[in-house]
Amino acid sequence: MPDSTRRPRLLGILKKITEKPIPADDDESLFESGLLDSFALPDLVSALEAEFAIKVPDRDLNPRKFDSLARIETYLEDHGA
Amino acid sequence: MSTAFLQAFGAHVPDRVVTNAEIAARIGRTADWIEGATGIRERRWAASETSVADLAVAAAQDCLQRAGVEASTLGLVMVASGSARPGFPGPAAEVAARLGLEGVPALDVPMASAGALFGLALASQLTERFGDVLVIGAEKMSAILDAGPLDPNTAILFGDGAGAALVSSRPGRWRILDAVLHSDGQFRDDLAFDWASPLRMNGLSVILQASRKLPSVIEEVLARQGVVARDVTAFLLHQANQNLLVRVAKALNVAPGRVFSNVARYGNTSSASMLIAAAEWSRDDPQPGPVIFSAFGAGFHWGALLARSV
Repeated sequence: MPDSTRRPRLLGILKKITEKPIPADDDESLFESGLLDSFALPDLVSALEAEFAIKVPDRDLNPRKFDSLARIETYLEDHGA
Repeated sequence: MSTAFLQAFGAHVPDRVVTNAEIAARIGRTADWIEGATGIRERRWAASETSVADLAVAAAQDCLQRAGVEASTLGLVMVASGSARPGFPGPAAEVAARLGLEGVPALDVPMASAGALFGLALASQLTERFGDVLVIGAEKMSAILDAGPLDPNTAILFGDGAGAALVSSRPGRWRILDAVLHSDGQFRDDLAFDWASPLRMNGLSVILQASRKLPSVIEEVLARQGVVARDVTAFLLHQANQNLLVRVAKALNVAPGRVFSNVARYGNTSSASMLIAAAEWSRDDPQPGPVIFSAFGAGFHWGALLARSV
């Protein structure tokens, strides 16, 4: 069941972490677009854990899992968030 | 509780200073961009004829001098390096021989970045059997950079140097209380080098992993000994990147000044960096109390060691 609050909460996190425009394309890489760099990514993961009450295990600390809005939403959905 | 003590530290860095401006000109970036991304202002690069063993011997001699002991007291020598030339023997045997040791075991720890931390943790368990153990981290990272075209993402980071620590069962300045080591090979390709191809580094993965694993393993060893992070007087970490050091301090909720940093002057010297930091920190009459050593590196390997001033 899609959570209608998930997207605005995710966008809220990204706006807090970066002041750059968020890509309109859900599949656009947040790294290649310059939205996130190597030091913003840990902030994103920590913020996702806090906002959605999930624990991202070490085996999931793969940047590709958080590379786009679509992938982050898929990850959250797969983890019941 | 371990019965091992840290007696002294030593360090050596080459004379040649390589500024950000020199690197920037070769990679098409600016000196300010390098400093902003890494906190590094300069690093030392060794001459082409200088070997990892040369750097290691110099750091070893500095450490022994500071400890006030002769090399002949050593019962074991360990040399951690991820940049020693491939093949065998590794640098440990040469280092031991050049320290005048015959028949004393010399062990190579072929690990980048976390090698000296692993060496210290192992040494703390070996002093009862071997007596004085000299742990050295020595790296000639410039040789790795020279092995391929300069990559802007890695050329800005690395420097050369060596650090050393004397560990013994005799009472010394710091008692080693505990150590925790971890390895996880599933991300081994994210930071790798084999001399046949340029250094490969997935910076996103490395920083993501390190920024979480370092605070976590430090908290792990502190919890085992009932110590809280705010009581630790100094955090002596692998000097990978200033932004990472700041992040670790923030995660542990300690003042950034508690995390010793010399990365601005030496860059990332891989397995040498933590002991070079320890050598500089110990020279300035450090505040008594618990001290954390911690490192994360290719493998991935990571860990933390807790010691306390005596």
